[in-house]
Amino acid sequence: MAEILVDCRGETCPVPLVETRKAIRQAQPGDVIVVIGTHPASREEIPMAVRALGLELLSVEGTETDWTIRIRR
Amino acid sequence: MNTELQRPERVTIILHSGDMDKVYSALIIGSGALAMGMEASIYFTFWGLQRLKKSGLEKGPLSKMHFLGLGKWMVKQRMKKANVTTLERLMRDFKELGGKVIACDMTMEIMGIRREDLREDWIDAYGAVGTYIQEARGSQITLFI
Repeated sequence: MAEILVDCRGETCPVPLVETRKAIRQAQPGDVIVVIGTHPASREEIPMAVRALGLELLSVEGTETDWTIRIRR
Repeated sequence: MNTELQRPERVTIILHSGDMDKVYSALIIGSGALAMGMEASIYFTFWGLQRLKKSGLEKGPLSKMHFLGLGKWMVKQRMKKANVTTLERLMRDFKELGGKVIACDMTMEIMGIRREDLREDWIDAYGAVGTYIQEARGSQITLFI
């Protein structure tokens, strides 16, 4: 099981969401995707996408403008 | 999931405008939908089709306050400062995530555009209204931009 890092710091809509999706597509089942970013809306929207895709949201940590989201494929 | 058709939920967008800001809207909504697990297709028609011409994607005017290009230049500067991505990258991501690009063949005829004038590597199909309706009737979201 690999850990995939997606660094979206400084990026704005829709890049964090899109980059997260691209990483999920490349991941193997069981892999963990760690997304770090600074775009406030993406902190809310990435978890929405994770739920919509039926994946496991492991954690959402940090502030609105400096956050880390962990997802299991 | 749309259980009736056993297909993921879909967004179908008609991009009638070739204005830069509206092309942004279409591609952002389209790639956002793909990122959230939906299928997405964009129908490029009329002025929108001009954006599929070779090196035409970024060429559209601003829909308001274009001011012979000065307004567009100013907005581009602001977008750069806000770190907004380029249309080229949005299109690349849209395609990578499985988004479909349909070129309106009637517009091509009216405007004398040939396939070789277009970015054929982006285009999945050349269609008419029937293609749109068929796609839109099973879509949860459809937009005219």
